[in-house]
Amino acid sequence: MDLFQDAFGRALELIWSLDAYIIDVFLRSMRVSGAAVLLGLLIGLPAGIFLALSRFRGRGLAIALLHTGFALPPVVVGLFVYMLLSRSGPMPGLELLFTPAAMIIAQAILATPYVAGITLSAVQAVPSTVRLEARALGAGRWRSLAAHLREARLGLVAAVVAGFGAVISEVGAVLMVGGNVEGETRVLTTAIMLETRRGDFGAALAMGLILLAIAFAVNAGLTRLQQGAAAPARAPWR
Amino acid sequence: MAVAELLHARGLERRHGERIIVALDELRLERGTVLALLGPNGAGKSTLLRLLLGLERPDAGTLLLDGRPVRWDDAELRRRCAATLQRPTLFSGSVLDNARFGPSARGVPRERAEAQARRALEGMGAGHLATASARRLSGGEAQRVAVARALAVAPDILGLDEPTAGLDIAGQREFRQRLESMIRSMAGAALLVTHDPADAFALADRILVLEGGRVTQEGTPEELVASPASPFIAAFTGAELLLDGVVDDIRDDIATVRLAGGDPISATVAPAAGVVIAGSPVHIAYRPEDVLLLGAEASEPVSARNRFRLRVGGMTPLGGLLRVRLEGATPLVALITRSAATDLRLAPGVDVTALVKATALRAYPAAREGAT
Repeated sequence: MDLFQDAFGRALELIWSLDAYIIDVFLRSMRVSGAAVLLGLLIGLPAGIFLALSRFRGRGLAIALLHTGFALPPVVVGLFVYMLLSRSGPMPGLELLFTPAAMIIAQAILATPYVAGITLSAVQAVPSTVRLEARALGAGRWRSLAAHLREARLGLVAAVVAGFGAVISEVGAVLMVGGNVEGETRVLTTAIMLETRRGDFGAALAMGLILLAIAFAVNAGLTRLQQGAAAPARAPWR
Repeated sequence: MAVAELLHARGLERRHGERIIVALDELRLERGTVLALLGPNGAGKSTLLRLLLGLERPDAGTLLLDGRPVRWDDAELRRRCAATLQRPTLFSGSVLDNARFGPSARGVPRERAEAQARRALEGMGAGHLATASARRLSGGEAQRVAVARALAVAPDILGLDEPTAGLDIAGQREFRQRLESMIRSMAGAALLVTHDPADAFALADRILVLEGGRVTQEGTPEELVASPASPFIAAFTGAELLLDGVVDDIRDDIATVRLAGGDPISATVAPAAGVVIAGSPVHIAYRPEDVLLLGAEASEPVSARNRFRLRVGGMTPLGGLLRVRLEGATPLVALITRSAATDLRLAPGVDVTALVKATALRAYPAAREGAT
């Protein structure tokens, strides 16, 4: 029990004292995962909206593949990005391996299916009559689409939050393509692994607590969004 | 082309595969008028409204706006029309947000859009709801807001799809009065989709009846009541359907019809109802207010060609009147005043004589039923 007590005490001390090393790792985690989610949004949002609103041959297969993306193993994504960016890969000149950029690419690949999938569900849940109503009131095609997306906005925010939650806590991909270089590519998850191996349980636990706090905040935000979301804006009828 | 003609549709057609949803030869909508599209559920009324307002692509046909041919998705057509669809979906946000959506979509500055929205909400009796959440409205309130949302645009062509659906009887009356006042203050025209004749008669200048996607009659409300072109329209305009029968003989448009298991009767062949000749199976329709009741023993000669000995089966109050159900070989329904019922000492089981003029009974070819 002493081990736990000591580690917990030191963890709280490190957090309370805003330890520079831990703050540096925390901020890098937020930057890398934030940028990855932004990149995931750029691809996932339009993809989710397109899949929700269009009908084409192979749409069912595309949605099934998208949902498969929820279960993408991070290490496989890490391996794929590693091979892509390695000197013997197709893009050796970029020299991105073991940089935050490589970590962002890997995490973006992991975040995109979440963003696209949740966007698809959210946009699909809005009654299609919303766009027709908007058109019936004189709105053009884009304004009608905006009216539809406005009704799905809570789901779209949930897509962002879920995407962030999915990548902030993953370790496999960022370790493979980032390399866990101190001051450059070390993030919360890789630092926890390293400090545990070193035997500095206090530092590892401090970063674990921060990660848990982020996960809690993300999930609390999601729950609040889901519970705050009213029924589709269809007028109540007897 | 009339100067006041706003919208002219020719040969509009919409199909689902081989099934015809709407096939319209011609429709003209003139400024300052209300045209009702009346018909039973599934007649294609809502589809026709969407086709006329450019909300749905037709499979064939032409739309002319102010005499100019326009594509179904023409921007000017969209800008000049506004509609409340069936079971309208309100947007999230406040009632005022909803009401100013249309003006804002047309680029009206915020303050003016808000003023237009508030005016329309006041007009529809929903001014007090302006700051309320659109998601927390009752069905009736939502309907008022939905109509106000379209009126806020001050459109040249206003489309209303079943605007009184979901309202209680008392609410419908007040709602219609407000709607009529708002429509009459518009410079444009209105297209009203309804399956409720009360809406059509209260609000419309002309009525176009759709059955099975096709127009079966067009005219003023008075014309439809006076001369319904089908048993369906007759029933819609308040007529009762009598039993089916077969024509024995026709002289001067008066047919002698032998009812199935009942008396021979004299009936007028409905104008524009199709070909009726001796031997034709027919439906007979009449209006309950055209049935005259006398005491059972009345025997003096009268001009009415049809005289029936019947027994009162039941009486139901209908506003200030009584709807009397009469049983016998030729069952009828009569609509009489309460004082007449008192004078005749009417009660269930009492025998009466019912008189109906041949001109009040209308014969329709039975084959037309397939079109409905």
